Amino acid sequence: MEHHRHDVVVVGAGIAGLYAAMKAGESADVGVLSKVYPTRSHSGAAQGGCAAALGNEGNDSWEFHFYDTVRGGDFLGDQDAQELLVKEAIPVMYEMEHLGVPFSRTAEGKIAQRPFGGHFADFGKTAVKRACYAADRSGHAQLHCLYEQSLKQGVRFYNEFFVISLIIEDGTCRGLVALEIRTGVLHAFWARAVMLATGGYARAWRVTSNSHANTGDGLALVAAAGVPLEDMEFVQFHPTGLYPHGILISEAARGEGGYLFNNDGMRFMEKYAKSKMELAPRDVVSRAEQTEIDEGRGIDGGEYLHLDLTHLGEKTILERLPQIHELVVKFAGIDCTKKPIPTQPTAHYSMGGIPTDLDTRVLRDGKKQAVEGLFASGECACVSNHGANRLGTNSTLEAAVFGRRGGMVMARFVKEAGPILPGAERPTREAEEGFEHLCASSGPESAKRIRAELQASMTDNVGIFRTAAKLQKQVALIRDLKARFENVGISDRSRRFNTEITELIELKYMLDFSEVIAVSALAREESRGAHSRNDYPKRDDNQWLRHTLAFREADGSLRLDYKPVVITRFQPEERKY
Amino acid sequence: MERQFKIYRFNPEAAPAASFQTYTVDIQHAWTVLDALNAIKWDQDGSLSFRRSCRHGICGSCAMKINGKNGLACEVQVESLKGVITVEPLPGFKVIRDLVTDMDGFFSHLEAVKPWLIAGTPPTDKERVQSPEDRKLIDGLYECILCGACTSACPSYWVNDDFLGPAALLKAARYVMDTRDDGLTDRLDVLDSRNGIWRCHTIFNCVEACPKSLNPTEAIVKLRQKLAALRI
Repeated sequence: MEHHRHDVVVVGAGIAGLYAAMKAGESADVGVLSKVYPTRSHSGAAQGGCAAALGNEGNDSWEFHFYDTVRGGDFLGDQDAQELLVKEAIPVMYEMEHLGVPFSRTAEGKIAQRPFGGHFADFGKTAVKRACYAADRSGHAQLHCLYEQSLKQGVRFYNEFFVISLIIEDGTCRGLVALEIRTGVLHAFWARAVMLATGGYARAWRVTSNSHANTGDGLALVAAAGVPLEDMEFVQFHPTGLYPHGILISEAARGEGGYLFNNDGMRFMEKYAKSKMELAPRDVVSRAEQTEIDEGRGIDGGEYLHLDLTHLGEKTILERLPQIHELVVKFAGIDCTKKPIPTQPTAHYSMGGIPTDLDTRVLRDGKKQAVEGLFASGECACVSNHGANRLGTNSTLEAAVFGRRGGMVMARFVKEAGPILPGAERPTREAEEGFEHLCASSGPESAKRIRAELQASMTDNVGIFRTAAKLQKQVALIRDLKARFENVGISDRSRRFNTEITELIELKYMLDFSEVIAVSALAREESRGAHSRNDYPKRDDNQWLRHTLAFREADGSLRLDYKPVVITRFQPEERKY
Repeated sequence: MERQFKIYRFNPEAAPAASFQTYTVDIQHAWTVLDALNAIKWDQDGSLSFRRSCRHGICGSCAMKINGKNGLACEVQVESLKGVITVEPLPGFKVIRDLVTDMDGFFSHLEAVKPWLIAGTPPTDKERVQSPEDRKLIDGLYECILCGACTSACPSYWVNDDFLGPAALLKAARYVMDTRDDGLTDRLDVLDSRNGIWRCHTIFNCVEACPKSLNPTEAIVKLRQKLAALRI
């Protein structure tokens, strides 16, 4: 095993990880591990924009953004975190511009902004242009800029290093063990501060907007170390996945004025959100779509609807939505300036994740007590900014604001924390033994079949509409899949760039957190945000205005605990759009 | 429909020389080459190695040579290809295994052009002002996904892999042409060197190879014009 030392080690090189690395790199020695090359990270697939109440294109304020975020999250978000998010959005957006992000511009040369679902002025009244964008390549523009700035900062990158174990001893994180994919060699990284910025996990669903890499690695790693996972039942289904792939068609398409039609040629959103129509938040629109599909009004009776942009005109589409135009041509063979786009809800974003405080410190009890030296930010973390449903363009915003914040916190922390402690031999040896055990897998079970069954069943049973029966079935099924995983076999015995083994470890991670999702969803007997229970169709603030915490016990079982929601300014009210 | 895929195989742990292996795949409607590679890996041969991530043409992981042309496996529709489909790693780069090439040199060339904003004046507490017309100057430059298809297709790079190559030079143009940037002179020693902009022989392979329809050759010409203007 090779050994490395850095003050700070960041796992994941999307917007959150890179912002953290760049900021910490101003005063600390930083290493970044990414299982892909950094610019391959899924932040680059974000299209529509990044929210900040700059007011460049109409009257806006952070308070309106605050209210929209609280209400959009169905009052489950922690309002101290949400207030911080929307306030810091403004200076962070300017900082990203100063760093070089190529934002589109208004006629006066300011950062251009566009409307998005759930963004309103005057506390929920009229649509407002709040999403700062670079055409429909906003995430790509931010990701590349932050990567390049991290290079400038002298951050050390370990590309195609895949983390297999965290080293946590006596409540302190000392480092981690990672596989160098190219050689098959294990490396130990010793650090004062470790940040997990491993992104989302919607790969556990059959229909998903997520990349192959979005397998929730960071969540599985902390859960294995006894840290709980928070609010895992809240998974966002994006209303406009390109049928049948599930590839993202940005909400910017509706922000720019796109319509949704059912098979009767009706703009069906008028039945579900009469006032806000297509610009209602994502959970509302996805439920409406699924209802139309379930009741037989999908296009030609199928599992999709139409997103129509044709009335916007070719000029607007090519100027503001060029990537969407290209994607639809390449993957559906359709020119969206002339024909509607077939769309369906697609598993997209995880509101839940690793519980942290406002300074990105990972909380081992999920409440107050931090794991010293362990941090998390971005989609893998749960602060909680998004509550039960994330607003469009708040994801890259959270990654930027909390990645940046975490970077600064870690830089201060490592200054005070003293030298990196020599690591013990036991945890690295255990990681090595576990890895060798997996490499030697030679049972009769097929990883592909287990993965396909997991993904299909998560879409069927833990999709937009849930019931106790479906969720119970899913919990049992996942436990069966986990048992089968113990008898899995692989054929590739070589060490060099063995992606059969990395896919196997990713499958293990997915099985682990999917069980947490199903168990947490089964327990929550209400409907709130993205979690819709047919058997409990109402929100129940008396019982369920609280966060779920799921602990993996030493015997492998799951234990649920709960904690109150932080409410500072906006009391829960009925959510109507 | 069944299609045949002839795939480049190389794993020095198993055999010192590369070879081709042919697989027959039952192709579903609208499958891309990446879908076919996944089907081979998951159903027939777990040892086949390739990179992939976003599967919709934005991450740049899966650039490879498909029927003689560089492209993204996730974007190329199988139905658009004729005959036996030959899949090879990107040419010009060292092969690590099968379809996986060593991209470290490619990324170090990128770093060499100082791909970050070098502004001559400190920012204010708001955004720098840039007119929509000025912002348009970097359209066609900022969209690069760093897949490597262009550099891999460049004959000048094949003979000399110290040449920065079209992707790194396109990135340099993305900053040099940005009206917020004043870093041309800081980048001169790299751009105006024997492995910089003059080593491009305007063969235009890069333009044909780019899956995002960008034009690195034109970007290099713009850099030459900027340099020429600087000298006057």
